[in-house]
Amino acid sequence: MRSQRDIRRLSLFLLLAPFALWIVLLVALPQLGMLFLSLREKIAPRVYEYGFANYVSFAGEPIYWNTLLRTATMSLLVTALALVIGFPVAYYIAKIAGRRSRGALFLLILIPLWVSDLIRAFGWILLLRETGVVSSLLQWSGLVSGGIEFLYTDATVVVGLVYTVILFMIVPLVSTLDGMDEAMIEAGYNLGGNGFTVLRRIIIPYAMPGIVSGCIVTFMLTAGSYLTPILLGGKNSSWFTAQIYDQFITRYNWEAGATFGVLLLAFTSVVVWIGLKLSGQSLSTTVARS
Amino acid sequence: MRLKATLVGALAAMLMAGTAQAETLRLLTWGGYAPEEVIRLFEEKYPDINVEVTLSNNEEMIAKLRATGGAGYDLAQPSHDRIYAAQYEYNIYKPLDLSKIDLSNVEPKLLAGVKENTTIEGQVYAVPHQWGTSGLMTDITKAPDIKSWGDLCDPKYKGKTSMRLRRTILLGTAFAMGEDPFSAYSDLAKYQQILDKVADKLIACKDNIKAYWKGGDDLSAMMLSGEIVASETWDSTAFKLYSQNPNIRFVPPETGALAWIDTFAMPRKAQADAAAYKWINFVLQPDIVKLMSASTGAMASIKGAQELLPADKQEAVKAAFTAEDIDNLKFFANIPPGVEDMEGKTLEKIQAATSN
Repeated sequence: MRSQRDIRRLSLFLLLAPFALWIVLLVALPQLGMLFLSLREKIAPRVYEYGFANYVSFAGEPIYWNTLLRTATMSLLVTALALVIGFPVAYYIAKIAGRRSRGALFLLILIPLWVSDLIRAFGWILLLRETGVVSSLLQWSGLVSGGIEFLYTDATVVVGLVYTVILFMIVPLVSTLDGMDEAMIEAGYNLGGNGFTVLRRIIIPYAMPGIVSGCIVTFMLTAGSYLTPILLGGKNSSWFTAQIYDQFITRYNWEAGATFGVLLLAFTSVVVWIGLKLSGQSLSTTVARS
Repeated sequence: MRLKATLVGALAAMLMAGTAQAETLRLLTWGGYAPEEVIRLFEEKYPDINVEVTLSNNEEMIAKLRATGGAGYDLAQPSHDRIYAAQYEYNIYKPLDLSKIDLSNVEPKLLAGVKENTTIEGQVYAVPHQWGTSGLMTDITKAPDIKSWGDLCDPKYKGKTSMRLRRTILLGTAFAMGEDPFSAYSDLAKYQQILDKVADKLIACKDNIKAYWKGGDDLSAMMLSGEIVASETWDSTAFKLYSQNPNIRFVPPETGALAWIDTFAMPRKAQADAAAYKWINFVLQPDIVKLMSASTGAMASIKGAQELLPADKQEAVKAAFTAEDIDNLKFFANIPPGVEDMEGKTLEKIQAATSN
């Protein structure tokens, strides 16, 4: 009896070990390192002290927290757009498409993910630049006379980001909606509900865990993205991750960079927490259901 | 028994492979500074050295070496103005043994300049390799009167110019406004005043800029497609474009093009010093310089380097520089500690300011 329990315990330990190592070595330790670094302040070359000076200077510099707020607002916008666009797609795949076409549709959604972020951003650049495909087509068709620049605006950044992250919205939505019994929708109509009521009272509440987990992933990915905003963004747009890069690399200011990193993590976590509270979900239910 | 024999065989093979590649030379350098052809010739001459290349830029080189305290690479190629402060603050390089480098061929002016900039406590930390300038690039058919850094802000070319939002344009604009930023490095309060003036000017100029370029590729694309007609640029990028469209010329600004020298410096925990010195001596030979310059588009720091450029680049250089322009070159001055932070804040201010 005893040896069997030992074996079970050992196998559990062995199963969990890679996961625990991954969490501790690659997630927890670096974050602690960042936190530690962010509390260090440089007073002179090779002389350091510990304190909150980096956080104070962040609070005192509007450029920094404005960028953080801007990044958060645009990430929320991207998340909302991804939800609005992704939900019908997910619903179609999960509920309307036939068994056979469902796999093909899912594959079509996955294909863009095989190409790296960088290449996808360059794709957008080729399409949208002043001498690019869209502008040339418009000129050729006679709709406009001169070239139009679609690049280098915040709208382009939002479009590019929605395109990059929408997959992470659709996948959890499909898997949640997939589990929904058709009979519930039919019952809704039988009881006199119209399409909108059924959507609002039955489908959305059922899909809520999927919606919330999709939103969390999308929001986190967007707020932490670097390439797309840098490549598509214009002369006025700054993204918080670019600030972190600048602090670490071009200004050699690891302390400030680490502070920004910690703040970004804390800030996005707070936004996610507020989102969970507002939607009445908890992290465990959303993760378990979707 | 069979297993044992296999194991012994495998071990022996590993050992032999180990002796065949006794040494690895890990280069930390710029794109184009270690062309395949040069590496092949080097490995042919020194079959026991294996060259590994990591491509980087000034800032990333320092960040990488700082992270490891100068380990992980055997030879780095930072620009001459980026060594003193980095060494002083982070102690990432070790002094060079100049007796191991054949300096007879090196252009004395450049060597003296680099030595002066990188000598700490009597020890020299770098020798020159390639040099070039930053200045302006213009399409002479569309913007013939671009002469000064400030002309990028000329409303005539609204939405048709570009620049890289880095320190070069700050310094260039300061010179164009009649200041001498390099001499102000010794008086940081004065330098801050200059930076503030430059920031105001560049914020007002934002309207004129189409987009800030980030690397040679996006700059080339904008220039070749005609989306912009003039830009701040590296001369090597302009020379490359000249071969595709001879109307695109490099223009040294009237206050002087800003010159940089990429050097050889040895990371503090480098492990293949002998191989590194061999590489330095190897790539400074005139026939190798020819291959190197064809790949970098920049001039080597050896005597008569201009004749060693490929024919089309020679033509581009001749179309760009007069003898006075060469005399007027302004070499980047050493960046004292603290200046990077001031310049960084200024650049952030410009990036964050709004325009149409």
